Amino acid sequence: MKTALNESTIFKVSRRDFLKSTSMSVSGLLLGISFSCSDTTKKLTGNPDFVFTPSLFISLNGNGDVTLIAHRSEMGTGIRTSLPLVMADEMEADWNRVKVVQAVADEKYGDQNTDGSYSVRMFFTPLRKAGATVRLLLEQAAAKEWGVDVSECKAQNHEVVHSSGKSLGFGYLAEKAAALPIPAESSVTLKSPKDFKYIAKQSSIVDLKDIVTGKAKFGLDNNHLPNTKIAVIKRNPEPGAGLKSFVADKAMEVPGVLKIFTLDPPGFPTTLNKPLGGVVVVAENTWAALQGRKALEVTWNKGINADYDSHTYNSDMLRRAKTKGKVRRENGQVDSALKNAKKVIEADYMVPLLSHTPMETPCALAHVHDNVCEVWAPVQDPQGARKSLAEALKLDIKAVTVNVTLLGGAFGRKSKPDFVVEAALISRTMGTPVKILWTREDDIQHDFYHFPAAQHLKVGIDENNKVTSWLHRSVFPPIDGTSDSKAKEASGAELSMGMIDMPFAIENVCCETQEATVKTRIGWLRSVANIHHAYAVGCTLDEVAQARGVDPIQNALDLLGSDRSIEFNSLTTEFWNYGEKLEDFPWSTARFRKVIETAREKSNWGKNLPKGSGQGFAAHRSFLTYVACVVEVTVDANNKIRIPKVDYVVDCGTPVNPERIKAQFEGGAAFAASLALKSEITVTGGAVQQSNFHNYLVGRMSDSPYETAVHIMESNDKPTGVGEPPVPPFIPALCNAIFAATGKRIRQLPVRLT
Amino acid sequence: MATYQLVVNGENREVEAVPNTPLLWVLRDNLSLTGTKFGCGMAQCGACTVHLDGTPVRSCSTPVSTIGNKKVTTIEGIASADKVHPVQQAWMDENVPQCGYCQAGQIMSAVALLAKNPAPNDQDIETAMSGNICRCGTYERIRKAIKRAPNTTAK
Repeated sequence: MKTALNESTIFKVSRRDFLKSTSMSVSGLLLGISFSCSDTTKKLTGNPDFVFTPSLFISLNGNGDVTLIAHRSEMGTGIRTSLPLVMADEMEADWNRVKVVQAVADEKYGDQNTDGSYSVRMFFTPLRKAGATVRLLLEQAAAKEWGVDVSECKAQNHEVVHSSGKSLGFGYLAEKAAALPIPAESSVTLKSPKDFKYIAKQSSIVDLKDIVTGKAKFGLDNNHLPNTKIAVIKRNPEPGAGLKSFVADKAMEVPGVLKIFTLDPPGFPTTLNKPLGGVVVVAENTWAALQGRKALEVTWNKGINADYDSHTYNSDMLRRAKTKGKVRRENGQVDSALKNAKKVIEADYMVPLLSHTPMETPCALAHVHDNVCEVWAPVQDPQGARKSLAEALKLDIKAVTVNVTLLGGAFGRKSKPDFVVEAALISRTMGTPVKILWTREDDIQHDFYHFPAAQHLKVGIDENNKVTSWLHRSVFPPIDGTSDSKAKEASGAELSMGMIDMPFAIENVCCETQEATVKTRIGWLRSVANIHHAYAVGCTLDEVAQARGVDPIQNALDLLGSDRSIEFNSLTTEFWNYGEKLEDFPWSTARFRKVIETAREKSNWGKNLPKGSGQGFAAHRSFLTYVACVVEVTVDANNKIRIPKVDYVVDCGTPVNPERIKAQFEGGAAFAASLALKSEITVTGGAVQQSNFHNYLVGRMSDSPYETAVHIMESNDKPTGVGEPPVPPFIPALCNAIFAATGKRIRQLPVRLT
Repeated sequence: MATYQLVVNGENREVEAVPNTPLLWVLRDNLSLTGTKFGCGMAQCGACTVHLDGTPVRSCSTPVSTIGNKKVTTIEGIASADKVHPVQQAWMDENVPQCGYCQAGQIMSAVALLAKNPAPNDQDIETAMSGNICRCGTYERIRKAIKRAPNTTAK
């Protein structure tokens, strides 16, 4: 996720600059027209050396080969396929003639920060325009060739066809089109959705075969630089704290170990892009580096978080969540409404620190030499990495090249480039190319964790069985506290993720927060504050339904009120609509209602289930996407929880790549199940206690849904995110299903039934 | 340092390594076979799964000195010259991968399972695949691909 504040905190980019790049128009995409023609004398049609580059993102050669640039990072969402598909569709290119090339980090591509589920939302229309512009140019070139009006020419499947039936190939037309001026944006017409060939149709990802055959290149898979050394770092268990002394003698005796030196720790808060520092071990090969590190003897200094104990910290947050906090949204008078209520539902919810643990740990290859730096790294934010490298190495940004490899999972972790900077600093010291490896222990013990969160909810129901009051207190250390020691208050953006945008038509509402100090590196994890807010809100609604004696789905529909676009005029904090204006992407209760009603119908809601089984429901809007979720669980005599069925209904506007949308929801369900059922990070003495998959548990096949049905609403609306939205509603739906199956309320994660 | 004669994907390969070097790093560092992935270093996640004489092992926890003359097969070695392995084909038919990082290990575990049991039921699959973690959550499709693979073979 990204907020204006985080962005500016990390990379000193103003909000204004950020918006400028996000609202990039087609004219921005069509900068940098370049022609290259090595052989102009023959004037042969289809000269394969002729490359027509009408856009930064599109080029076409005389053979008819199309190259499309993927400028967003591929971490498993399929974005490297989906956005090129959009261009190919508008261009009428044959997908089999398309090659996708990954962009290096460069501002000329606009925003490359692959985070916050906005790649398709932000680039769908600009890239359609880019493709449509090229289509028009090719049609104009054919019209000129034939001496006919362009209205008689139509591009289709890599050819331009004249109304008489004659046709010319894209390859033939490349050189002709290159001679024409770029048409005005106003003359470019986008396709009608009914004419889409690839958009909203089924497609496999471009890297599919390379992945299943082991050829795909991830962060550590580039072995092309001779004399590359391997580095690992021993870091202070307390993030940012200093180094007292170390003894390297035994480590240096390990065959293959080359050099041992220190990187200065940054202190605390660490910021989001600075390396943690520590003692660096560089070796000829990975095993030597690991053995060398094991043999190091290091004495660490204690830092300001040496007393951090997560159990004490979380208990304190929970205690404070029960007391009056700072008001962030207020409608009516909650206190008096609660006093007058006939029934009051009151519950506390606790979510622990969580780690991202992508299967590929942080890693990078860097080569710093002669005042230039080149890296190959799995980064979500290539430009952020580039800026951080330039800053750390004191190099001009133009001297820094960031090549983006495939990301072996990321979930937010790899938007922070600390590990890439490590590789570059070590390469500079060594004077050779260097690969940095984070072991799983490094990853789990030095993550940017998902914040721990304590919440207190209190809901009043009157004598007419109407919900009259809603009090929600949320206490968690804000992400900004990782960069700024003064930041202790949850930001408007964090609260807009499922708390202050609570959509139900309740007369008296109060949302409050308490300050919390960041004690370890905190960062965004897939769906961010939506995780804990959706959990508490979704479970509380289930308790309200039970108290009202109403079916949970009917209860949600009752509370939703009339169809409307919600106006957030009762907030005392800035509302964040995921970076978009509410006029463009309203909070529509009608769309929310529709996914809920559809979920009731599609999930066979209320079906008869045996003892020990149950269905649970929750719905949530995040990243501008509306999702309803029904989870079915079985709980056996040993309290093993299984999830035989999940039904999602999703309204994400135009479903650009339905096959990958389904994949994101299947995977999102498994990811959320893993968070809810298995995972917990605990800290004592400032140090994380878990270290690998034997004690930081994650979901395996048997913990994951057996079948996830994903029902995508048909829509021609503007597309919205799908990477993160599956996660938030799943967890409360799961917990509500566990209640239906066992009668136990789950008010603390991970779920423990004994 | 010692010298080892390994048979990797049907080829004789000579490598120099200290005896306790895990096979994973020999494959990746010495032989540049980077399809096999590092995930945990303690046989917990399965990303590094390869076959020794057809049996799936976690190469991150298998010292090179213990290989002897057992045949090593990696993800790069299961396809024939002109065709992907039927399990790889099933993976493609089901569009299994998301980020793709764990999939080599998943496929190697699945190939070993299907070699012993061509018609595994859900329980067989869950047991055989329990050591392979996927953080993207592709488990449903992995199960489907394993069930589909024998039919793919028959094609």
